[in-house]
Amino acid sequence: MSAIPAALMPREEDWKLPSRGKTGMLCLIAAESAIFTIFVVAYIYYIGKSLSGPTPAQILHVPIFDTVCLLSSSLTIHWATGALRRGKSKAFLLWWGATLALGLKFIAGTAADWYRMIYHEGFTVKTNLFGTTYYSLVGLHASHVIVGLLGLLLVFVFALAGKVKPEHAERCEVFSYYWHFVDFVWVVVFTVVYLIGR
Amino acid sequence: MVSQSLPHAGPHAGAIEDRRLGGAGWLEWVHEWVVTVDHKKIGLMYIVYALIFLAIGGAEATIMRIQLAFPESHFVSPQVFNELFTMHGTTMVFFMGMPILFGFANYLVPLMIGARDMAFPRLNAFSFWMTAFGGLLLYFSFIGGSGVYGAGSAPNVGWWAYAPLTAKAFSRGHSTDYWTLALLLSGIGSIGAGLNLVVTIFCMRCRGMTLAKMPMLVWLNLVMGGMVLGGIGPLTASQLMLCVDRYLGGHFFDTQAGGSAIMWFHFFWIFGHPEVYILVIPAFAFASEIIPVFSRKAIFGYPVMVAATLAIAFLSFSVWAHHMFATGMPSYGNAFFVLTSMVIGVPTGIKIFNWLGTMWGGKLIFSTAMLFCIGFLFQFLVGGLTGIMLATAPFDWQLNDSYFVVGHFHYMLVGAIIFTVFAAFYYWYPKFTGRMMDERLGKWHFWLMLIGFHMTFDPMHITGILGMPRRIYTYEPGRGWAIWNLIITIGVFIQIVAVGIFVWNLIRSYFRGKLAGNDPWDAWTLEWATSSPPPPYNFAVEPAVQSRRPLWDLKHPDDPDWKYE
Amino acid sequence: MLDASAALAFFLQTASPNIFAPASVPADEIYHLALFVIGITIGIFVVVGGLLVFAVIKFRRRKDDNGREPPQVYGSTQIELAWTVLPALIVFVLFLTTARVIHQIEDAKAPAGALQVTVVGHQFWWEFRYPQYGVVTANEIHVPVNSPTFLTLLSADTDHAFWVPQLAGKTDLIPNRVNHTWIEPSRAGVYLGQCALFCGVQHAHMLLRVKVQSRADFDAWIRRQQQPAVKDPAVAAGRQVFQTTACVNCHTVRGTIADGRFGPDLTHLMSRATLGAGVLANSPENLRLWIQNPAAFKPGCEMPAMSLNPKQLGELVAYLETLK
Repeated sequence: MSAIPAALMPREEDWKLPSRGKTGMLCLIAAESAIFTIFVVAYIYYIGKSLSGPTPAQILHVPIFDTVCLLSSSLTIHWATGALRRGKSKAFLLWWGATLALGLKFIAGTAADWYRMIYHEGFTVKTNLFGTTYYSLVGLHASHVIVGLLGLLLVFVFALAGKVKPEHAERCEVFSYYWHFVDFVWVVVFTVVYLIGR
Repeated sequence: MVSQSLPHAGPHAGAIEDRRLGGAGWLEWVHEWVVTVDHKKIGLMYIVYALIFLAIGGAEATIMRIQLAFPESHFVSPQVFNELFTMHGTTMVFFMGMPILFGFANYLVPLMIGARDMAFPRLNAFSFWMTAFGGLLLYFSFIGGSGVYGAGSAPNVGWWAYAPLTAKAFSRGHSTDYWTLALLLSGIGSIGAGLNLVVTIFCMRCRGMTLAKMPMLVWLNLVMGGMVLGGIGPLTASQLMLCVDRYLGGHFFDTQAGGSAIMWFHFFWIFGHPEVYILVIPAFAFASEIIPVFSRKAIFGYPVMVAATLAIAFLSFSVWAHHMFATGMPSYGNAFFVLTSMVIGVPTGIKIFNWLGTMWGGKLIFSTAMLFCIGFLFQFLVGGLTGIMLATAPFDWQLNDSYFVVGHFHYMLVGAIIFTVFAAFYYWYPKFTGRMMDERLGKWHFWLMLIGFHMTFDPMHITGILGMPRRIYTYEPGRGWAIWNLIITIGVFIQIVAVGIFVWNLIRSYFRGKLAGNDPWDAWTLEWATSSPPPPYNFAVEPAVQSRRPLWDLKHPDDPDWKYE
Repeated sequence: MLDASAALAFFLQTASPNIFAPASVPADEIYHLALFVIGITIGIFVVVGGLLVFAVIKFRRRKDDNGREPPQVYGSTQIELAWTVLPALIVFVLFLTTARVIHQIEDAKAPAGALQVTVVGHQFWWEFRYPQYGVVTANEIHVPVNSPTFLTLLSADTDHAFWVPQLAGKTDLIPNRVNHTWIEPSRAGVYLGQCALFCGVQHAHMLLRVKVQSRADFDAWIRRQQQPAVKDPAVAAGRQVFQTTACVNCHTVRGTIADGRFGPDLTHLMSRATLGAGVLANSPENLRLWIQNPAAFKPGCEMPAMSLNPKQLGELVAYLETLK
């Protein structure tokens, strides 16, 4: 065998590869982004094309407070994972719980708004093109929020039982990427539906 | 030291002599395979699953070809014929093509990067079973609906399922629902498999294997995995929209409510075009590993090959509307897609030239695997050139939706992809099973396949030029199409014999093939450094590499690759 | 080149709707572009294919091989540059040529006096309207030779495509969308076409015929088509059958109470060469069999079997035979 110069062999500590969890979550986010993009494009394409029925301006109530809640929850989850990394389990519990509460408020707000539109105004996915694209896009987002809430709840229950330790910080951070993605999608949806489309 | 990092055969090498199945142990054997998360077993399951669907999809094609061999034939009804071409396309793309390529990737990528398994073994198993279930759901449609007689309610809208033919108004019953749901499930499986490949390749390479030192197959599967992440989403989204239309009364593609049928065309092809590159890039991967070994030379222009692949992947998301030249897009729209579709031909051509450059000045060994790769090179060249013809939009206005296109894409799917898949079988079967496939049977397989392939797919270009549209269950005599259709059908039977020989070779060699040893081909990548088949843990010690061809370095210590890279 | 293509066309059967036997201006323009592209691709094939064949022969391992590995060549920047730049130039030339032809065909404006035809695709037949003349017919159109005809393409149900290979490239008919195409035939004759986008169970039998004739013959045909239906008293019984059974729900016979729009206009049924969008030749016997059971010839078509007794059927056919 050849005498390979030591300089060419990577040293033990030098072989650093990206984290599997983070890379995996980024890949999932990429795939989900592709799906959301198509729904957003369909929404934008159909703006103003409904043949009948209520227009966005006539029926939508802009969910400012719910949006503030959801976007704040990105901040609280960031503080939560930071606290866990530094071993501050009480702070972690507080901020993680706040994230869960803010997310729940958002979903409750969406549910209430949909209840109003469906049962009081009679505006459903069948009503017109706007109805179809609105409920599909916001609904797709809401389903992703619900999946996120289930994850948040699971970790919260474990944390209440004292099982979440600093060595789990990396995993919580991976999960937080998903939550940040959900919030980012809401920024896009909010802009397209409530700002541009109205 | 390098030699200490490349272990010899593990303790399982001897087990291949004992190939008996039987007794009460079969239940445990089944259980072992059902619950496995080992990438090698999952890879083999993907491959066997795909071979079964290759046979089924081939049977569907054969029935269609018998119907079309003579004008005004009544071998099958139009209803059955339309189900057959829909199921044939859907099966071959999603339940044969994707699984077989994921299968080989699953088996080989961890070995080639010196890893123990994929990044997420349980996700790996989940992805396989989702895909498998999707296929079973699709085929359940044959016995759903009105039962086997009358072919149940298999989907009959073509594998692109253009709107509004898929609306409840035109597609009554559940046939379209089977199509939609089966592919939603297998789409989840595909995304999982793609994600796993990307993460494995980024995060689990052995020491010394920078991205610039990965084998070509690993690079190409990384690119394929990335394309899956971006490309399958549009199909999933479209199918969710179709579900909203069909089940919830939505209007995404409801032209009566002001909806746009052409939006389906766009969304589908934004998936559909990257999909065909997702299928062909792993074929390039096989060629890029096999051709160098049987030319006894390193791949020519590795950095350019990688760059060309990345260019192809990126550009493939910009060409989709060349499937839509006849839909009445404005002239500047058509011109844009002409440009992108032609530009993508440049990196593709570069790859052909580099494979040629690899062979140039080498010492070519015409093993069966190499013969299939040479066939691939010619056929991919021709397919690429007919692709250039199709990219010239006005010519496409004549050729689109005719048998010319059918000839073109089968040149790519069969002539390029299936040929390299066959090559991959002959090349890696020894690694998977510890035994060599029979080369004499292999040569028979190759030559019969070559003759049958050309007899079937060359005349399709002619019938297309003579004005024969696709997806018709019969045609009038006197159009000049009959003789060519007969020749096309005869070619199918020759291919059936060829594939039959191949399957026989697969089975027979498992029990009676010559023992292969670790490295029967004198090759250079890491999978040949462990036993055949590899032990469950792949490598006893994590390897460390200095170059793209670690075994070359070992075998040629006076002239290692890392001096030149 | 032209002799070769004529020979090729002959070899490939001139009875076919052969795209290499164009008989109209846009089809001609496509044909010349096609020859250009084919020329370039044949050139590439000969060079690259030739090099492949050469390599396979020249570099095969010989029987008396010394067993040593050949020189390992990892790449060459100059060669890579060369075989990137040359294809890029070819792409550039091809793109500009193609863009010009796209513009020539797609952006052509209808000159004043051009014939306008509206095409409506149905499952599984063609509705043709001549808005300038108030004429409605089905499955067969007549157009004047050496004169442009501009077609507006619509669909009543799902997607279809209008394809008459010798007259023009195909263009899709998509519901809720208006597409356009045009032809300018240079030779009189009958040109065959058919639907070229899968539209359902009888897509294969959605055939169409274009009869290109002299201006005089075309004008005469238009005048005959503009007349209301022939009112022959000898077939009053058959007319009665037609108007009292469900026929009137789907079919129009201008000048009578029948004004259904779901099926083809039958006012001048006998002026057409085929029945059922090309599935049968138009003869009395075929007409009788068709009405009795369309599904026998076109299973899945939208016309139901009319369940008439033989007497009614005979009278009906006699009536329809007068609709010239």
